[in-house]
Amino acid sequence: MATPNTLLWEVFIRSRNGLAHKHVGSLHASDATLALQAARDIYTRRGEGLSIWVVPSSAITASDPSEKGMMFEPAESKIYRHPTFYDVPEEVGHM
Amino acid sequence: MATASIQVSETPLVLYALRRADDALILGHRLSEWCGHAPALEEDMALANMGLDLLGQARELYSYAAKVEGNGNDEDKFAYLRDVRQYRNLLLLEQPNGDFARTMVRQFFYAAFADLYWRAMMKSDDTTLAAIAAKSEKESAYHLRHSSEWIVRLGDGTEESHARAQAAIDDLWAYTGEMFHIDDSERALIDDGIAVDPATLHPQWFKTISDVVSEATLALPKNDWMQQGGRSGRHSEHLGHLLSELQSMQRTFPGVTW
Repeated sequence: MATPNTLLWEVFIRSRNGLAHKHVGSLHASDATLALQAARDIYTRRGEGLSIWVVPSSAITASDPSEKGMMFEPAESKIYRHPTFYDVPEEVGHM
Repeated sequence: MATASIQVSETPLVLYALRRADDALILGHRLSEWCGHAPALEEDMALANMGLDLLGQARELYSYAAKVEGNGNDEDKFAYLRDVRQYRNLLLLEQPNGDFARTMVRQFFYAAFADLYWRAMMKSDDTTLAAIAAKSEKESAYHLRHSSEWIVRLGDGTEESHARAQAAIDDLWAYTGEMFHIDDSERALIDDGIAVDPATLHPQWFKTISDVVSEATLALPKNDWMQQGGRSGRHSEHLGHLLSELQSMQRTFPGVTW
């Protein structure tokens, strides 16, 4: 039930054991401070997070869905780019 | 009303816990009334979250009061089976939600007080009260931050939001004095190191609200006449209506569970 003047924000949460902030959803708020509070109230109610980022949705430049053939299909035939043709030494650990 | 009200032996400590529990329950219930009706979905969640924080505080305080009283009462009986005159909450907290500005001003006045109060109570010689205070303080700190941000935005927002916020401050101001009032029963607990003396919190409370209100381009009333009565069960006409809704299920179907 957003009023026309209320900005849209994208919310990113870093979870308790997560290394990176992950996109969890979006919300409406009139400024960054209220967006952060709303993100806290909407997306961390069950102890999901230790850190929150909010970003104005308008700041995101997105790829065009209609160009997904040009953008992504060329990569599908290059299976040699997957690291499946050699063994990773155990000492390397998690990559 | 099909079920009779319970009797409560209000020793000073029972009364003290009940007063704080009633504050939390009644304000929490008021916030729950916004559920599904807030100006935006985001704020609907925020109000419900604060309401649930307060409900949690009420439950712990009621359970402690029941344990101290030792008469077989429990949190549910305290909440559902006391009459309006047995409720001990602040008059401020039973005031109707009104518009969003009024709800936020009420929250702001109380949270600015409660945050200081819980922080002081963390040093209580009563370890249960100190533990409840430690948990509640974090919740109240957020309630204060959230309501403060709204006071600033409403006051320094549009002509309409400014007028509504100022009207709410003017109307609710006379209920703020009761937060700092104590009676003999509470004085004894303060002297024993169990209860908090609210008078010591007034300067900081006043500074907090003055700072926010002035940033919001609003003004506090000069009038210092203050309404009292909630702590001894003399309530405004609004509490009875609130309780009739809150208690209707248990009064109609005693002991019902689901």
